[in-house]
Amino acid sequence: MNTQTSALARAPFDRTLLLAAPATLFMVALFIYPFLYGLWLSFEPAKGDWLANYHKFFTADNLWPTIWTTLKLALPATLINVGIALPIAFRMRVKSRYQRLITTVLVVPITLGTVLIADGMLTYFGPKGWLAHLLELLPFYEGPIRLTHNYWGVLISLVISGFPFAFLLILSYITGIDPVLARAASTLGASPAAQFRHIYLPLLAPGLAMCFCLAFVQAYSVFPSAVLLGAPAGPTRVISLAAYEAAFEQYDYSLASAIAMIMGFVQLIIVAIVLGLRGLFYRGPVVGGKG
Amino acid sequence: MSGAKSWLDRAWSGLLWGTMAVFVVNVAMLIATVATNSLARRWLGTWLPDGWTVNWYVQAWKDYQLSDILWVTMEVVLAVVLLSLLIGVPAAYALARRDFPGKRALMLLFLLPLMVPPMTYGIPLATVLYKAQLAGTIWGVILANLIPAAPFVILVMTPFIEQIDPNLESAARVFGAGTARMFTSILVPLLAPGILAASLLVLVRTIALFELTFLTAGPDSQTLVVALYYAVFAAGVRAPQSIDAMAMIYMVVTLVWLLIALRFVNPTQLVSRVKEHPRVAA
Repeated sequence: MNTQTSALARAPFDRTLLLAAPATLFMVALFIYPFLYGLWLSFEPAKGDWLANYHKFFTADNLWPTIWTTLKLALPATLINVGIALPIAFRMRVKSRYQRLITTVLVVPITLGTVLIADGMLTYFGPKGWLAHLLELLPFYEGPIRLTHNYWGVLISLVISGFPFAFLLILSYITGIDPVLARAASTLGASPAAQFRHIYLPLLAPGLAMCFCLAFVQAYSVFPSAVLLGAPAGPTRVISLAAYEAAFEQYDYSLASAIAMIMGFVQLIIVAIVLGLRGLFYRGPVVGGKG
Repeated sequence: MSGAKSWLDRAWSGLLWGTMAVFVVNVAMLIATVATNSLARRWLGTWLPDGWTVNWYVQAWKDYQLSDILWVTMEVVLAVVLLSLLIGVPAAYALARRDFPGKRALMLLFLLPLMVPPMTYGIPLATVLYKAQLAGTIWGVILANLIPAAPFVILVMTPFIEQIDPNLESAARVFGAGTARMFTSILVPLLAPGILAASLLVLVRTIALFELTFLTAGPDSQTLVVALYYAVFAAGVRAPQSIDAMAMIYMVVTLVWLLIALRFVNPTQLVSRVKEHPRVAA
């Protein structure tokens, strides 16, 4: 480390850094530039003053409620996914045949893609699907339950595609924690619950925060399943849908950019809150001793 | 004490396994439904269909021009994998080996595309690509898909590169190898497992990436996942069975690659591996 720093001080420029140049240029050209262009475009509405798009968004009845519609889907979905994945991943922290088997089984739903899940749910949960048939066998079954073309359909599809993702991510964080720490605690008489509370949870905090953010982005940008499984005219009119309609049905790119910016802004607020909460926890290395 | 405790423990364990079982069984049934429907001659409200047929596959193949779509999907995915490796691996090397001012900002630049909803940057990006006359072409789709792929390669490769002993590179330098020679003779062979893992992960993720392709694709540059969306969205025109047949083809394509990937990669790596580097105690 020291030799590198001194070399850096001596040489005017380290040519190795040029290796990062293509990727950096690419990201600037295709991520930063469009982003700034979108920001600028959102202040250049077709008519009205520079804030007209934002004014329109927060006054139009079919636009500003989309924020709540989206959050009402994305927050419960993320909490369910992370909340169920955490105890199960904790249970499976020790390497075993089961761990390998379960992780392999859980990889399958990740690759199904939202469209196949939506298509499958329409048939399986449909009024004449297998689930309805199974439920009819129950004595207290009262009539068809509707799990598609409404809020629940979208929520379930978010859990199907999001839960395996959250589980695998949390498992990779948990297995990254040195088991020596837990063994030491157990020698001192700590139960698994106490080990979780005092060792794993604090060490997992950064991973959990990251996992929550990534799982939230997935749920928050829900688009195909909200159209195919939800009621896109009303209860599941999510913000991505509003942005898409503005751009590709009304061809109002300026308004669409404004919606996209608001969408990103809300997302950043959530990320900031999560990272703020994570800051309340212990910060430090996850490997004990001479790791 | 231990009696009550073990009872609670077993109940908790049962609850967890039960939840898991409900999830896995329902997802399996969901897939089985699609599979059955795609092979059913006629299936109306009974447990099993009247008869079996593969005609829906033939019909889906013809109606949706699946051979074209699969070809486009393959071109896009291969181009995205190659290009993301080409710009991602060198960048990961620089990030793994050097400390420089602005490194944290650069890391943030590569992390942001994974933290921002694709729609947020996809819509301005599509606008820019339309202006550059690239949207609707296969190049537009490739460029859009590279935005999450390249940072992903960087994040996966950085820990792999950090594991390689820098002395090997110094030795190569002593013998007069330039950076390009060092890459081809030392780093690429040593990094082969990491590169293989990263490319398979990018491959699986690119096949499944919907939003960015959806926003930038034209009629001739649709990938399988977008074509499938349009097929379901415009349902009513075609028989649902042939849509299910297409969904099954999609699933088989992804699964084949996934099973190959699982031979080389730990499943937990399939989701993004974003490790914070252990901080050195001050």
